[in-house]
Amino acid sequence: MKSEQQYIDIFTDCRGMIDQHSGGALNTLRDEAFASFARLGFPTGKVERYKYTDVPAAFEPDYGLNFKRLEFPVNPYEAFRCDVPNLSTSLYFVVNDSFYDKALPAVTLPEGVIVCSLKEAATKHADKVTDYYGKAANVSGDALTALNTMFAQDGLFVYVPRKVVVERPIQVVNISRSDVDLMVNRRVLVVMEEGAQARLLFCDHTVDEHRFLTTQVVEVFAKENAHLELYELEETHVKNTRFSNVYIHQERDSVVSHYGITLHNGTTRNLTDVVMKGENATTNLYGLVIADKQQKVDNNTLIDHAAEYSMSNQLYKYVLDEKSQGAFAGRILVRQGAQHTVSNERNANLCATKEARMFTQPMLEIYADDVKCSHGATVGQMDEQALFYMRQRGISLDEARMLLKFAFAGEVVEAIGLEALRDRLRHLIEKRFRGELGRCSGCAVCG
Amino acid sequence: MLEIRDLYASINGKEILKGINLTVNPGEIHALMGQNGAGKSTLSNVLVGNPAYEVTSGTVMFNGKNLLEMSPEDRAHEGLFLSFQHPVEIPGVSMVNFMRAAINAKRKYHQQEPMSAADFLKMMREKRKVVELDSKLANRSVNEGFSGGEKKRNEIFQMAMLEPTLSILDETDSGLDVDALRIVAEGFNKLRTPETSALVITHYQRLLDYLKPDVVHVLMNGRIVKTGGPELAMEIENKGFDWIKEEID
Repeated sequence: MKSEQQYIDIFTDCRGMIDQHSGGALNTLRDEAFASFARLGFPTGKVERYKYTDVPAAFEPDYGLNFKRLEFPVNPYEAFRCDVPNLSTSLYFVVNDSFYDKALPAVTLPEGVIVCSLKEAATKHADKVTDYYGKAANVSGDALTALNTMFAQDGLFVYVPRKVVVERPIQVVNISRSDVDLMVNRRVLVVMEEGAQARLLFCDHTVDEHRFLTTQVVEVFAKENAHLELYELEETHVKNTRFSNVYIHQERDSVVSHYGITLHNGTTRNLTDVVMKGENATTNLYGLVIADKQQKVDNNTLIDHAAEYSMSNQLYKYVLDEKSQGAFAGRILVRQGAQHTVSNERNANLCATKEARMFTQPMLEIYADDVKCSHGATVGQMDEQALFYMRQRGISLDEARMLLKFAFAGEVVEAIGLEALRDRLRHLIEKRFRGELGRCSGCAVCG
Repeated sequence: MLEIRDLYASINGKEILKGINLTVNPGEIHALMGQNGAGKSTLSNVLVGNPAYEVTSGTVMFNGKNLLEMSPEDRAHEGLFLSFQHPVEIPGVSMVNFMRAAINAKRKYHQQEPMSAADFLKMMREKRKVVELDSKLANRSVNEGFSGGEKKRNEIFQMAMLEPTLSILDETDSGLDVDALRIVAEGFNKLRTPETSALVITHYQRLLDYLKPDVVHVLMNGRIVKTGGPELAMEIENKGFDWIKEEID
């Protein structure tokens, strides 16, 4: 219990300050979360869902915590230059875990739609937040979710009322900015009421050279016939550690597509848990990982088919170069009675060097007898014949390798619904493969 | 143009080429015939620098430059082209991007500016006609889902785009029906100039009927054992290789 102890101590010592600078539902769950964290401790390699990421080591270093919510000077428009051209979005910023209210988009959202600070929502829209906060996240069973719930003071709240369609994508840029090594605990709550439709794009950036340790818990509630596309794009530096737990609850006829794209990072562990509670719901999970140097990316998914006629698709592709390490574990659970489930899971990986490592574990667990499910994984190397074919045509080895990697990643990019984002990603991925995206334009260290 | 002297080469430690001597002058077409395993494909692979093959001794000069010291891509830039016996499928890489990368790499090597997108597409359109390559194929991934004949036509299309001075056709006729063979051969002939040469590897006379080689070589057990005019190919077509074997023994 070595690395746990410092967090237990901090929580005990700072509880008053944490509460004081937060509010409402966020404060009421802390005791339960603390008890569960104290009981669970950090997961070791023996915990199935965490066996590919060394959690205790990630939490060992001494990070600062900003419970008093002191503001770090930042100009998000200056810090964030990797915008998506031709994509007209309602653009918001979250600096560390604070919703940045000094740069709100000029456009007005449809009536009743809320995009604001979660802390603010916990008092201003207390009923809405209380109904959902902590209801999807596994506070009692996942130590990192428990830890996040203990410490989270703010973040983002998105609410789309019944039958409202938000045409313009909502883009939220999460900026990590600090003058010391910093731990950030960010919380996001997304509620899509019946028939609501929206597209959310989260972009994570680090804008200075300090180490960051970010825990993030995202809870998504998609009510009957709600449609949500949720894009998460990580473009951070090599000294960034990210633990992101996304929990999605889907009611009948809802469609949720989640795209997790790791363009550049340090150590990343993403968990995506989906519960399909209502019949005829659809879930699409797409993942694209591009890693080199000693970057680590671990994606862990669970799709719980708990109702009839639900459908899920998963496609995760990794391009691992140099000494990077990837992991994918995806478990599909088809419960008894979840008849007519259709579920597909595929994980394909390209290890461009002998040093790159990939661990993959597709899992299928079926308790119903009338279902159609598939799961599979491949790990391959660069096609030497294709490389030589291209070189014979005059294409340099580097360029040929780039073309092959780009082609491999393309399948996920083509699945992206937002056309402008698709174009932008093609451009970013190409730059990334050419080594021109060692840092995003705002980041200071990478190499 | 091409001067091969005492070339020895091996793959996985097994010696395949055992002293090849061959000179190709500008404008000449040389046919290389021989049974399976004689070393024909090894020779073409060695010439274009396939890293799977190891040259153990000998020299190859190409337009006065030491070919064996060059990377495969530089050999291509210098004007060497191989029409592959088995063209490789590259899923996800479009023909357009593939050809643009190749053309611009060559232009860069010769210190020329990259070609504009409009000029490039115009060139693609024109060169496609040489082998009657469907525009749909040109928009697909490289060789992916192409029939055998389409793949070979695509090879000659690429040759038309890259305008090599020495082309090696490695069994370009294998797997082609009569019409496809005619299209490929006529396409090749349209691209000929007094300065361009070719080394044509084949088992059959029918391709040579179209290409009309100046010189015919017979490769046996890693060596060129017989050289003659076009009539030699005809003789092999009629009599096979055994009589040559007997002649040597």
